[in-house]
Amino acid sequence: MIAYIFRRVLFFGLTLLLTSLMVFAAVRLLPGDVETAVLGRGAEPAARAALRQELGLDLPFFVQYANWLSGFLRGDWGKSYAIKAPIMPLVLERLGNSLRLALVAMLIAIPPAVLLGLLAGLNEGKPFDTAFSLISLVLVGIPEFVMGIILINVVALEWKLLPPSASVPPDASFGEALPRLILPSLTAAAVLLAYIGRMTRVGVIAELRRTYVRTAVLKGLPWRQVVFKHVLRNALLPTITVIAISIGWLISGLVVIENVFAYPGLGRLMVFAIQQRDLPLILGGVMISVTVFALANLVADLLYAALNPRIRLS
Amino acid sequence: MRATTRLSAARSTPTLRLNLTRRGRLLRRLWHDAPFSVIGGIGVLLFLIVALIGPYLTPYHPTANSLPDRNQPPSLVHPFGTDNFGRDILSRIIHGGRNIFALTGTATLIAVGLGLVIGLHVGYLGGWLDQIVMRLIDALLALPALLLTLVLLGALGNSRFTVLVAIVILYVPIVTRVVRSVVLDVKTKAYIEAAEISGESRFHILFREILPAVLPTLAVEGALRFSYAIFLVASLGFLGLGVARPEPDWGLMVSEARDWYALSPHMLFFPSAAIVALVVCVNLMADGLRRLLEYSEVD
Amino acid sequence: MQTPILSIEHLTVAYRLQGEWFEAVCDISLNVDAAQTYGIVGESGSGKSTLVQAVMGYLSANGAVQQGAIYFEGEDWLRASRQRREQLWGARLSMVPQDPLSALNPALTIGEQIAEILVCHRYASRRAAQARAIEMLRRVKLPDPEGIARRYPHQLSGGQQQRALIAMALASPELRLLVLDEPTTSLDVTTEAAILDLFAELQDNHRAATLFVTHNLGVVARMCQRVAVLYAGEIMEDAPTEALYSAALHPYTRLLLRAVPRIGDSAPLQAIAGRIPSLRQRPSGCVFAPRCPAALERCHVHKPALERADDGHLVRCHRWREIAEGALRFEETAAELRRHEMRHVEDSLFDHLFSAKQSSTQTTVMRAEHVRVRYGVHSALSRLLGTKPPFRAVDDVSMRIPRGKTLGLVGESGSGKTTLARSLIGLVAMESGEAHLLDVPLRGTPRQRAKATLKAMQMIFQHPEESLNPYRTIGQTLRRPLVTLLGMSRAEADRAAADLLRAVNLPADYLSRFPSELSGGEKQRVAIARAFAAQPALILCDEPVSSLDVSVQAAILNLLAQLQAQYDVAYLFISHDLAVVGYLADYIAVIYRGQLVERGAAQSFFAPPHHPYTEALIASIPLPDPKAKARRVRLPDDQPSSVVPSGCRFHPRCPRYLGEICRTHEPPWQRDQQGRFYRCHIPPHELAALQTENGA
Repeated sequence: MIAYIFRRVLFFGLTLLLTSLMVFAAVRLLPGDVETAVLGRGAEPAARAALRQELGLDLPFFVQYANWLSGFLRGDWGKSYAIKAPIMPLVLERLGNSLRLALVAMLIAIPPAVLLGLLAGLNEGKPFDTAFSLISLVLVGIPEFVMGIILINVVALEWKLLPPSASVPPDASFGEALPRLILPSLTAAAVLLAYIGRMTRVGVIAELRRTYVRTAVLKGLPWRQVVFKHVLRNALLPTITVIAISIGWLISGLVVIENVFAYPGLGRLMVFAIQQRDLPLILGGVMISVTVFALANLVADLLYAALNPRIRLS
Repeated sequence: MRATTRLSAARSTPTLRLNLTRRGRLLRRLWHDAPFSVIGGIGVLLFLIVALIGPYLTPYHPTANSLPDRNQPPSLVHPFGTDNFGRDILSRIIHGGRNIFALTGTATLIAVGLGLVIGLHVGYLGGWLDQIVMRLIDALLALPALLLTLVLLGALGNSRFTVLVAIVILYVPIVTRVVRSVVLDVKTKAYIEAAEISGESRFHILFREILPAVLPTLAVEGALRFSYAIFLVASLGFLGLGVARPEPDWGLMVSEARDWYALSPHMLFFPSAAIVALVVCVNLMADGLRRLLEYSEVD
Repeated sequence: MQTPILSIEHLTVAYRLQGEWFEAVCDISLNVDAAQTYGIVGESGSGKSTLVQAVMGYLSANGAVQQGAIYFEGEDWLRASRQRREQLWGARLSMVPQDPLSALNPALTIGEQIAEILVCHRYASRRAAQARAIEMLRRVKLPDPEGIARRYPHQLSGGQQQRALIAMALASPELRLLVLDEPTTSLDVTTEAAILDLFAELQDNHRAATLFVTHNLGVVARMCQRVAVLYAGEIMEDAPTEALYSAALHPYTRLLLRAVPRIGDSAPLQAIAGRIPSLRQRPSGCVFAPRCPAALERCHVHKPALERADDGHLVRCHRWREIAEGALRFEETAAELRRHEMRHVEDSLFDHLFSAKQSSTQTTVMRAEHVRVRYGVHSALSRLLGTKPPFRAVDDVSMRIPRGKTLGLVGESGSGKTTLARSLIGLVAMESGEAHLLDVPLRGTPRQRAKATLKAMQMIFQHPEESLNPYRTIGQTLRRPLVTLLGMSRAEADRAAADLLRAVNLPADYLSRFPSELSGGEKQRVAIARAFAAQPALILCDEPVSSLDVSVQAAILNLLAQLQAQYDVAYLFISHDLAVVGYLADYIAVIYRGQLVERGAAQSFFAPPHHPYTEALIASIPLPDPKAKARRVRLPDDQPSSVVPSGCRFHPRCPRYLGEICRTHEPPWQRDQQGRFYRCHIPPHELAALQTENGA
């Protein structure tokens, strides 16, 4: 078990390192003109050279990478070209907003997803299962922006139940912010619910076909006990991993949703950074998202191991 | 010469017939078990046909402005109505569909092809190569899809070509992983070892012995990738990324229609419906393919 | 007379497959009394698992009872509600399944899985149930029951898991019917013998009726008082065990009994032609008629009734009277069997090819010295990365195989027997030692080896299902080695492939078929044909018959013997089954945990002295003869551990353990008078004395 934890943490670090290298390389090596982005089109060659030197762009690639990495680890993420401000506080503030949205979305999505997936799996082939499968398949097929716009136009503009915009004043409390969070989180929750629900269903069905279920039934246990004591314990374990994977999906979805609802999250900042070709900002934003995602996977792996005797006791 | 041809014809016919009746039986069974996935498959086919021949049938040019016809509701002249520039929405959707198919189709095919070749090799050869490639893939997959696309759009520039590159980079690792897992399963089978101990070439083992077993799973995965690619391209279009205005793009059409919702809701409805219908149809088709795969495994 | 515990009357069960009903079990009647053990024997496809499911009242969703009735203690079991069945399951009837690991819940401790039965049927409180669970584990003779109760299934060996399941099945104090569904099939033969001992011993205590379902005629002979022989869903014969084995009346039973290889008997085995009919195509007459050598016209038309031949002896055959009187003989004599097998392979192109290369004169085909194979590598990094700890699967094995002879290699699962073969042919790397094939050293992977070397050694694999690529036709599979290894043209390869098929008794039109259209035995024939295609001097046969039914196994063994006689090919024949090896081999070697422990000529192999492990192996074989006395040399269950014991690696399980020396010193090779070698500290005369007094 200790070896397992060590291995997972090692892989976590290795993955982050490789990812950062790849992202850094993509940003630095690919043809992109930082000077024009910062100084504008008509800049003097001398000013350009000075800027290159100031930003360390004249150094070899790996030195640049090492400098950036050590800065990143020390909390010095550089300055944004477009906003001309330090990146870290900006990104962390927006990250906080995004996490708030993500948290509400997951709270809305996960309990019903697991429950519905479970019910569908237990009733495989029956009308409920067929309906669930079809609806979830459609739900997975609706892009977040379509869903978001429908919700804005129907719930907010036609029915006037909730505010259409999600821009929250920075000093608003969670309670004040909540109504504005509901529509965007519902949008994110829709895909999440369908995805996690489908995967839970598949897990339950696979588990029901295992031979130990027959053993349990032929012991004379009531079906309810077979399901809750024997099947669920094994069927819900993979759901932990599924939830971790769906966080990656959520991060992508939030980029779109934040733009639909004009929500001041990390995703919206990223789209802005791209439009401005603000490379340090892109780098900082991507790396923090990747870290969050990798961390979620790490936690899921460790949780899975702790709950699974086959890993825990090996 | 003639004798050999006849011989081989005689040999191949029963197999062919067998496969056809088998396929027919499987399809009937699929229709019985999951009629929606068959409908989905037909839907995808319809979209494809419209994308292929539709542009020759539409009376309007997709980018032709016509200010007098602005914001027309659906009518016989403009079945899907017109937008705020008076452009025919049906024509724009058909052309946009063509663009989406061309872009996502090409990208998916490249990604599936590359992923297949890499997955076959990595899975079969194993060892350090496998370790390294898998770590790289883990690192790539640690990047949420849209973020990686954004990075590439930022670095390579905001163009359709970048989107294509991004989809390929996104999906090659995923396809590789899927192919590799099938290869890992197949390569321990005795028939692969039987080929090895007869000194068969690596090419023969990879592409003649292993590949056929990978293809069904690859078809399912390809369909799924295709659906996600459409999803991704539509999302990017909505964000105004990777599109070449005024070329019609479904995502961009949705985005632009937002401001006109009160006046002409059809501007929002039709492109949204097109995206959802296509993605759902592809998903249903993928589900059907997966079921067919399960049937053949059970048989 | 008492009511029987289980009474089945004219039971017919069918499955619905794509809208059509197919009968899997047809018109079965039998009664099982208290304290009686009733055997159900059948090959695969006989419907025995359907019968088990019907008896348990747990048919799969697409199955249904079409006719007949099942009474459990006089109660109409088929009409019992789900609630009623839940009351009886685990309390009055229980089952021991085939594959123990998958039958146990991986997420619950063994103790909990036993205790929950007692709690659920209100035999005990939660706390008392735990104590009773430990008591049950002790009753099934598990060492350290307290420790086992706290463990999870994956921490036990296969034998221990099966004991835990037996403890579960016997947990209820009210047990009336115990159904054993192939309970020892997935176990090693020494473990099987110990588990059968346990059943026999427990039977005397629990007095419940037992339905023992198996494919193994030897197990039935040992365990059951009465046996029903099942074929294609119907009872062919149903008789007291002694009567069945000494005076079987049904042709199928008689042939089946002659298809089992027996130790010390090298008469050719009786194969049964054809295959068991599938659910979709059941013959309308006697179900066995298409394969029956004594079938008459009416057998194909009229289904025979199950008739009472003798007191308690039932048989379903039109001609049982002729058989009973000895007037009808359909079993072939040894000479007939040999001629029958030879007939098919005259004047083939294949034959010419083969005779062309008989010039080489080496008498030794394979010479291996000090071969070691290790899995996994020693390195701190790779261990951190989660690769399994290194494990030496083959340790210092040497052997020679003469031209045209068979070396039988016997060992249980995990003994390294397959790894040895794979290292010879280059599928795994040798760690050290060397091997020569026809005096050419064997090095590297197959791709690095010379074509001549590849040609000279081929392999037949264990599972016919995995032997042939399901996506390639038989013709494509067979032509490939002919083209690549022999350099034939496509047309030549076509003709030779057809000849190869004929050589293994398959029609040439199979060339265009896919493996899914073939039965298991037919696939294995194709695999044999492929191995012979390269005209090898040596074929490594890795358990080639272990996944086949007895009647098919006999045909394959005969085919291998006949092809060897014809083409002078040497075999390394690997098997877990000493009887099968004894039938085919000229020399026998026994392997335990990667080391040979005994080797010698086959003729004298079954007389003592033996290495204690070989002794236990021989004593463990269930003999298809109810009069045979069980020889009680039993081994304790193996522990799940990859650590190789010090000294003699057999010492932790050895019934003839001497003491300290066995733990500290690796035993030397010793030679007995017959020229046999074994690796043990006990000298030959002492060992022989010990074993004859015990074995008699």
